[in-house]
Amino acid sequence: MTRLAVRGYRRDVADVHPPLLWPDYRSTGRRAPSRPLVLLPHSLTELTGPLLGADRVGALDHDLTRQHAGEPLGERIIVHGRVLDGDGRPVPQTLIEVWQANAAGRYAHGGDQHPAPLDPNFTGVGRCLTGADGSYRFVTVKPGAYPWRNHDNAWRPAHIHFSLFGRAFVQRLVTQMYFPGDPLFGQDPIFNSVPERARQRMVAGFDLSQTEPEWALAYRFDLVLRGRDATPMDDR
Amino acid sequence: MTAGARDVPASGPTPGPGPTPVPGLTPAQTIGPFFAHALPWQDGPFVVPKGVAGAFWIRGRVLDGDGEPVPDAIVETWQADPDGRFDHPDDPRGIASDRSDWFRGFGRCPTDPDGRYRIHTVKPGSVPGANGGDQAPHVDLSIFARGLLDRVVTRLYFPDETAANAADPVLAALAEPVRPTLVAGIAGDGYTFDIRLQGEHETAFFAV
Repeated sequence: MTRLAVRGYRRDVADVHPPLLWPDYRSTGRRAPSRPLVLLPHSLTELTGPLLGADRVGALDHDLTRQHAGEPLGERIIVHGRVLDGDGRPVPQTLIEVWQANAAGRYAHGGDQHPAPLDPNFTGVGRCLTGADGSYRFVTVKPGAYPWRNHDNAWRPAHIHFSLFGRAFVQRLVTQMYFPGDPLFGQDPIFNSVPERARQRMVAGFDLSQTEPEWALAYRFDLVLRGRDATPMDDR
Repeated sequence: MTAGARDVPASGPTPGPGPTPVPGLTPAQTIGPFFAHALPWQDGPFVVPKGVAGAFWIRGRVLDGDGEPVPDAIVETWQADPDGRFDHPDDPRGIASDRSDWFRGFGRCPTDPDGRYRIHTVKPGSVPGANGGDQAPHVDLSIFARGLLDRVVTRLYFPDETAANAADPVLAALAEPVRPTLVAGIAGDGYTFDIRLQGEHETAFFAV
């Protein structure tokens, strides 16, 4: 029998993540599992995870405005922040992937049928690794809102998709970043599927201090992944 | 970078001098339908490259509650190497140095219009359990899709590991009728593993 002392990760507290079944978001109806989730004890498979490195990130992947011959249309913005764990410690050298609609609210994706213009200078895909202090920074354009067919006159608030790995399988997170004061929050079932006390954590803050004068506005968005147990799991 | 304009929840520590206040955990949101130009990689399905001795394919479909294929899901896998070790600083044993060149441990594959995914890998070794003992060889899977507000997590076990599976603490904790949903089938070039999100023969999913 092998026993390994590895520090575990605390499980998420209630009232953070959305429930899998959320009838206002219609697509959950036939996709959400119907049986309760089974608690999986954390073994090394869950306490480790892929540490994907710089070979996954191209030189201009962090700047979504410089990936084509010309500049994309739209309001140029800087999105920056830090990736932390639940104890406030930085998560360094972790891959962040982002994707978003263009300034007109259209994705460079064949399945997006919204009759808004595509921008030949915008793919809307970015990647970076966090620094030693967990920091990251993207340059992009502010995405537009777009309609979808969930309910009558349904529109998604402007958002940027984020995918993070952290250091362990249990830290994997896919989320969306929203912009402050969006008038569409009230009617968006995806935003509102998150318990009320945690919703504002998905909303970036306008950050004048990181704005570049004569060039771009800035938003700050910190992401918080799970924190670790105080003691190795073997000691509990 | 510490003077964030971001809201700090009322339940958090008092802002002010000293360490940056810690906001609460960031909630999950659906991956949505439009990740296809961002997340899939050319080598995504290759946990190990072609030509590695003992490599095989895991092939399967993601199905919804009506048994219809889910054509806009992405499946990710994470597993130990053939010795049951992980290329990760939290595995004090590490993996053989000549192996870290080709063993990624991680696979990623979007589903096609028929809901199919495929992962090219090798069989993991036994992994120590959370409470001692050994677990049967297994692969952890995350499934992301439009209509899933958070990922769902399951495990694949191998059908040719009958004795190890019978002793596996995670399988043992499941209701007996549900256990077979985690055991792959055998196919010509490897194994098959369908993921049924809902309905009859619904796959067992885990809270991690």
